Amino acid sequence: MTTNLIDIQHSDVVMATSNMAENHPVGFQWVMKAKERGAKIIHVDPRFTRTSAAADLHVPLRSGTNIVFFGGLIKYAIDNNLYFKDYVVHYTNASFFLDPAFKTPTDLEGFFTGFDHGKTAYDRASWKYQLDAEGNPKRDLTLKDPNTVFQHLRRHYSRYTVEMVERVCGIPKDLFVQTAKLFCENSGPEKTGSVTYALNLTQHTNGVQNIRALCMLQTLLGNIGRPGGGVVALRGHANVQGATDLMVLYHNLPGYMVWPLRDAHPDLTTYLEKETPKASYWVNKPKFLVSLLKAWFGDAATKENDFGYDWLPKRASGDAYSHQHIFVDMYAGKIKGFLADGQNPAVGGPNAKLARAAMQRLDWLVVADIFLTETAEVWKAPGTNPKDVKTEVFFLPMAPAAEKDGSLTNTMRLIQWHEAAVKPPGDCTSDAALFVRLAHRLQKMYAGSKKSRDKGFLAANFTYGNNPEEPNIELVLKEINGFATQDIKDKDGKVVYKKGQAVSTFAHLADDGSTASGCWIYTGVINETPDGKIINKAAGRKPADEKDYLGHGWGFAWPANRRVIYNRASADLQGKPWSEKKKLVWWDPDAPGAAPDKKGKWVGLDVPDFAPFLAPDAKNGDKPFIMRTDLVGGLFGPLVDGPFPEHYEPVESPVQNFLSKQQRNPVAKIWEVPDEKNVLAPVGSKDFPYVITTYRLTEHHLSGVMSRYLPFLAELHHSHFAEISHELAKELGIQNGEKVTVSSPRGKIHVTAMVTHRLKPFLVDGKTVHQIGVPWHWGYNGIESLPGSKGDITNDLSATVGDPTVYIQETKAFVCNVTKGVV
Amino acid sequence: MATTLAMFTDTSLCIGCRACQVACKQWNELGAEAPEWTGTYQNHSHFTDETFRLVRFVEQPQPNGNLAWLLMSDVCKHCAQAGCLDACPTGAIYRTEFGTVNINQDVCNGCRYCVSSCPFGVVAFNEDTGTAKKCTFCNDRIHNGLGPACAKACPTDSIQFGARETLVTKAQKRVETLKAMGFKDAQLYGADSNGFLGGLNAFFLLLSKPSTYNLPENPRLPQRNVVVDSLLSIVSAVAVGVGAVFAFRDRGKGDGDA
Amino acid sequence: MSLNRRDFFKYAGTSAAGVAVGARGLDLAPVEAAATTLRIKEAKVAHSVCPYCAVGCGQLVYAKDGKIVDIEGDPDTPHTLGRLCPKGAATIQLSNNPLRPTKALYRAPGSDKWEEKPLDWMYDQIAKRYHDTREKHFIEKEKGKDGREITVNRLEAIASLGSACIDNEECYLLTKFNRLLGLVYHEHQARI
Repeated sequence: MTTNLIDIQHSDVVMATSNMAENHPVGFQWVMKAKERGAKIIHVDPRFTRTSAAADLHVPLRSGTNIVFFGGLIKYAIDNNLYFKDYVVHYTNASFFLDPAFKTPTDLEGFFTGFDHGKTAYDRASWKYQLDAEGNPKRDLTLKDPNTVFQHLRRHYSRYTVEMVERVCGIPKDLFVQTAKLFCENSGPEKTGSVTYALNLTQHTNGVQNIRALCMLQTLLGNIGRPGGGVVALRGHANVQGATDLMVLYHNLPGYMVWPLRDAHPDLTTYLEKETPKASYWVNKPKFLVSLLKAWFGDAATKENDFGYDWLPKRASGDAYSHQHIFVDMYAGKIKGFLADGQNPAVGGPNAKLARAAMQRLDWLVVADIFLTETAEVWKAPGTNPKDVKTEVFFLPMAPAAEKDGSLTNTMRLIQWHEAAVKPPGDCTSDAALFVRLAHRLQKMYAGSKKSRDKGFLAANFTYGNNPEEPNIELVLKEINGFATQDIKDKDGKVVYKKGQAVSTFAHLADDGSTASGCWIYTGVINETPDGKIINKAAGRKPADEKDYLGHGWGFAWPANRRVIYNRASADLQGKPWSEKKKLVWWDPDAPGAAPDKKGKWVGLDVPDFAPFLAPDAKNGDKPFIMRTDLVGGLFGPLVDGPFPEHYEPVESPVQNFLSKQQRNPVAKIWEVPDEKNVLAPVGSKDFPYVITTYRLTEHHLSGVMSRYLPFLAELHHSHFAEISHELAKELGIQNGEKVTVSSPRGKIHVTAMVTHRLKPFLVDGKTVHQIGVPWHWGYNGIESLPGSKGDITNDLSATVGDPTVYIQETKAFVCNVTKGVV
Repeated sequence: MATTLAMFTDTSLCIGCRACQVACKQWNELGAEAPEWTGTYQNHSHFTDETFRLVRFVEQPQPNGNLAWLLMSDVCKHCAQAGCLDACPTGAIYRTEFGTVNINQDVCNGCRYCVSSCPFGVVAFNEDTGTAKKCTFCNDRIHNGLGPACAKACPTDSIQFGARETLVTKAQKRVETLKAMGFKDAQLYGADSNGFLGGLNAFFLLLSKPSTYNLPENPRLPQRNVVVDSLLSIVSAVAVGVGAVFAFRDRGKGDGDA
Repeated sequence: MSLNRRDFFKYAGTSAAGVAVGARGLDLAPVEAAATTLRIKEAKVAHSVCPYCAVGCGQLVYAKDGKIVDIEGDPDTPHTLGRLCPKGAATIQLSNNPLRPTKALYRAPGSDKWEEKPLDWMYDQIAKRYHDTREKHFIEKEKGKDGREITVNRLEAIASLGSACIDNEECYLLTKFNRLLGLVYHEHQARI
């Protein structure tokens, strides 16, 4: 998230689009605190949940229509002059001129310019700024020119009227206006609002555009980089943030640099030429990449061999290797061996039936987990004869956090260290121990190989500390942080870093091989004295106090311990806080400057996310968005499916798209899977007339591995259930507590009906649309004595379809049927 | 006498997460029980010998078409005039110097008089130990300077722990605040030491009348007005359309909130 | 014992055990003393982080004789103040749980049961699978779109999934391990 949970207390309005009270209850205390201080709480969610119960206003919207809702808010803010004008003019690209050829779906029947119907992809040539002679974007600070981003934005969202919001989302007009007023009027120099989101927005075939829409709204209202503002991204797992930073993902290198593609990046020089922008902090990318290669390949990485760049695998295509690709390709027999470490795709991923069928075709499967998951026992899945599953399965019992040292990065980018309280029992080990033990064995098998393809792996170090089998985790964190690979001296010849000493900031990383760093954004988490004493800032445990309410001494927030990113935006052009009430960082003209004879420095309640001595009146001293190439907030931001979010219906929807003739995201990823493993329902299907959304409960965790096996948690819900409105229950003659069958074109599940007032049918285009809700925590394993801990797999209903930018699935909005009884 | 301690459960802050319920089980090493269908998220339907904290979930459609989902973490009230304590023939049930009510497991003879004497259906009988069980106010913790496990875990300060006097003052202010915010039925339950049962050491702030939350409107010691009181509870519960939920009842009868 | 200072509540009488007077006027002082033994008093405390959602609640893990006896919130944590949700409050059952397997298990092709195997055997076998699959399916070079031969050093026959449930250092080691063997199917829960 851009901000910090603690800071939510300073919001004047909080719009939860996620179910925060249920999924992040302890973080929700800050929303409650804001409420105590007078803030209004809005909850936007198809269902009335425990978050709605605590909110001032519950705004139910039909699943899959978020862009219409946000678009409506953007229009409302513009029409009513409620956007933060100075912020928008100076800190965003609103004033930039766009290419005259660029057109939006308002003019092109649901498409942006450049759509290639044959390739079902966009040619994005016109999605760009007009540049002046010096190559800088042309601007109109009055925002009046029709070619400015701002006027395009206004025109694009002119169709997103309150009537349209009512018609598409099913939000009554009055309720929407009340919401818009409440949110937009609570922003500006004196006020700020925050917005939370989670998987409710991301799990759609326009998931990335959903997030963009809310970021645009927040940018327009001047809510980024300011106290009580921000985009509150709420991650589901303890280390989703860290696993993403360290890039356990197919598309990037650690620290958010693109993973090399065969054709685009065949060698290091080409990579750096293509991927290093001319402006923004990313001009330092060569330093980060070379330091990463040094961390991985050590002494074997030299300038002469491009620091081992050739040893990195090159992707054949950008449209390959994602989570959903894995199971499609595995089912096709392309993948032979599979490691599932702390993940349970037999239950947790989309189209889980496909995932199980795919895993049953593997030669071998390694599962490392705390409990025997459905994935480990995929050969025991209902309807499977173990004899038919020829897959060899290796199960390794693992240790939870309380039994090992290590760090986790929470949802606010805060790296926190945990220490082992006890040793893991029996054969249980940490995952770190597993990986190095496997690596050592493989290195032994490859020892002596002269093949160039083995050299990188053989060069890599997997020994940390004295015991090769039990890595010293702090030393792994030190490698991630970065260290000098040789003595580094300043221009006077004085040693700044001794060889092997941890570097203290990513500003000291170099592209000549003199530094190594496994993930540049984490640099600074470890400090080290010249005599080798390690200071692990992730283990910092200084509580917050009145002087430092953000608690900078507790853990370490990347980057550089900044708790609110882009916080230069909390000050005006001259560097003064927009208001005393909303101050965070500011320019102190009298503070000691960069040199003894200079004055002026950014100071404040947070670590400034800005060059510390760059004066507001210096070049780019008034551009807070330092990670963006144009240094300003992006109201215009090209993705593969458009530079402005546009509403399309979910791939499966009961209704047509009322915004344009284009029914669904024209570039959504739809996988074709043989054997009818991914059948989709047509628009308005009579067989599957209801919208279904899937979600989580406070008492359970994801696919249930960390909750269904725990008696304390398994006893809190009776059994797997579906939430159904009284209206639909009446239509179908279903009583509360009765068994029902929920089906989709992919599968069916049997669950208990929970008939509730918390779900209501939507009036969409004047017609009733029913929606049901089904949590997805259950699977075929659990506690024998608590039969309700086991249940059918909700993800057997969902489809293998994806957002075109990141390939996330659409499990928040698809269609189903509900039948009384077990059929 | 030491300071009288109390737990103040402010239902206006409760998000129904049930951290209290689990923290209680963890600290007091209580076992899990097979859940039953209550029609909503709530489990279990009533206090048991293994469940000392219990979050109630009450869906309440409002006349204006809005919905209120009333969430409340219920617990032993540690009454100033405790029916269980009065009924206990062995002296196993005693009052601590902090005003809390405890059952000495070594002295309890399992007669179950306390079970039927509790106006709130809190005390339960454990077949394995042959003794009566209920919330101990984390007796071991409070005697070592720690607050009860439930109050400590509560993410939103819905359960507050401290000196009774301080908490009552705080609670009274909170009611005023909530009334000003438009919660016209906001009220304290058991805060008044001149009120029923001499006041409760675990008292509540409610957003609707007590019967909505399965609490008797005017609890009395059983020797006094049991039948009439429980009948009143039933009548008022039915009247607000909440279903038959009443506090003074035999164990094992479901009382799930509608 | 190392109870957290912020956990302490100040109220009169905490040191004066034994003044309790029961309903019937019995002096229950000895009983009270027995009842007030705190099981975490002699325990060793470790600072930890809740392994469930990404709020990252600080936890205090109390252990005695190599066994965890209590896990509760760490009140010093600035963003959580020692609070937990039900999952965080149940963390102890991730460790102390009879359903938790503590032996490495192997299931042979077509078999309907698990077999316990020594860890070393497991590692050797798994390493052999990685090695053999890699040797059989490794793609060292291939032609790019322009027909030019490019070194790609890629292995598509092994996929890896997980995890947002493991530590940063573990994620880093897994990425390093997978990628340097040539894996490209390298994903975890953040994608979904």
